[in-house]
Amino acid sequence: MHNIIAIFKKQLKDTLKNKTVLIQFVMFPVLTLVMNNTIKIDGMPENFFVNLFATMYIGMAPLTSIAAIVAEEKEQNTLRVLLMSNVKPREYLLGVGSYIWLACMLGALVICAAGSYTIHESIIFMIIMATGILVSLLIGLAIGAWSKTQMMATSISIPVMMIFSFLPMLSMFHTGIAKIAKFTYSEQVSMMLNQVSSLQLEVNNVVILIANIFLFTVLFSFAYKKCGLD
Amino acid sequence: MKNAVTARDISHSFGTNRVLNHITFVIPSGEIFGLLGPSGAGKTTLIKLLTGQLKQDSGYAELLGKDTKELSASDHGQIGIMMDSLGLYDRLSVYNNLAFYADIYRVSHNKIADILKGIGLYEARNTAVSKLSKGMKNRLSLARALMNDAGILFLDEPTSGLDPVTTREIHSILREQREKGKTIFLTTHNMFEAESLCDHIALLSEGSIVEYGTPADICRKYNHLNMLRVTLKGGEIISLENSSASALQMKEYLERNAVETIHSTEPTLETVFIELTGKGLD
Repeated sequence: MHNIIAIFKKQLKDTLKNKTVLIQFVMFPVLTLVMNNTIKIDGMPENFFVNLFATMYIGMAPLTSIAAIVAEEKEQNTLRVLLMSNVKPREYLLGVGSYIWLACMLGALVICAAGSYTIHESIIFMIIMATGILVSLLIGLAIGAWSKTQMMATSISIPVMMIFSFLPMLSMFHTGIAKIAKFTYSEQVSMMLNQVSSLQLEVNNVVILIANIFLFTVLFSFAYKKCGLD
Repeated sequence: MKNAVTARDISHSFGTNRVLNHITFVIPSGEIFGLLGPSGAGKTTLIKLLTGQLKQDSGYAELLGKDTKELSASDHGQIGIMMDSLGLYDRLSVYNNLAFYADIYRVSHNKIADILKGIGLYEARNTAVSKLSKGMKNRLSLARALMNDAGILFLDEPTSGLDPVTTREIHSILREQREKGKTIFLTTHNMFEAESLCDHIALLSEGSIVEYGTPADICRKYNHLNMLRVTLKGGEIISLENSSASALQMKEYLERNAVETIHSTEPTLETVFIELTGKGLD
């Protein structure tokens, strides 16, 4: 636990000076606040921008930031030095992962506050966000473990992020895409966020989410075993 | 004296490329041991094997009494490492880099100021690492290796590419560490560093140790000429056999107060290395 807290603190100091990662955490919460308060169109569903940007936030921020952080540490050799200093790989992953999860949850809280939710709905909103962020973290970790350099991580994470972030939006306009998108965690999360006030989970929603978590855990394990953390 | 490091018949390959070939040596505790060889000789690979970052294909290595293949994270907490790629957090300040490792090693933050003063970086403590010179980064990396007060330090090319003043400062720090009883394993391709710092050295070429011993013993061993080179005050240089047969002639020069300098003809480590491998150290 001691090392996890130390890594968490280090990551906090580092992020404050790392604009590329910092902007990932801040961009969508700010966009949500601005769009939600400035654009009002007749017939627009309630919390439209909140749900739209919340899904995009889940698909982008945790995935790209953790992939970039892990790949940068590998590229700069800071991770190798750290693992030679009484730190176990799982402590590092937990330290960085918990930091990004919490930072994203703060962003999620801002997005939630922008919506017109009751306390009960807000709790459900945050639970859905927490689950989505966790799945994205697994994908980002797999990319980070697989990539030798930050450039490589970026070139992999951008298309992956685009797919998971934009599928829910595209599926609104195309039924064919919707049929495929429903098997992704981001579409499931988007559907749940749209029903926060009357959420009724069906078995297939839970099964798809668990299958996504399982799949990305396997992917991460494969990347970790194949490439390690150095 | 107990050995801090034991390497017995270690061999290692990357694919079909044999990088280490039957390496055997010991490092007694409290010594500075230098592994001398050109770039690509296998120095960094050997450090990685001895610190458990790699597992050798064959042979046995022991660090602080433990098989290096079984070193755990807590064992790594007992050693200090300065790698060739320094592994510093560029965006963090000098102080915050060390503060992070102080937290990892459970060392009081009060120690950071002492270490920074000792290594000459106290004034730069609030500077971001990205703004430091190469020499300052090397010193910071060394400071980090000293944070946990480890019994053994592995330093991969600690003075590579540094100016003579910074190099001397780092040498001075390493001597201080030896006086405190620390064992130091350093790799270098700088023969002067090896001669002036190390208690024992091994010359590594193409993955094999071609010579091992104290720098002075190695130079004496390859002193094939065994001559004395006497420079007289008039500028004349005379070579005399380094034996009793030259004593009378030498006495005569000394009585005439004609001697400017006397040098033995023993070779430098680089000359020995070239003799053994046919190649230079750079």
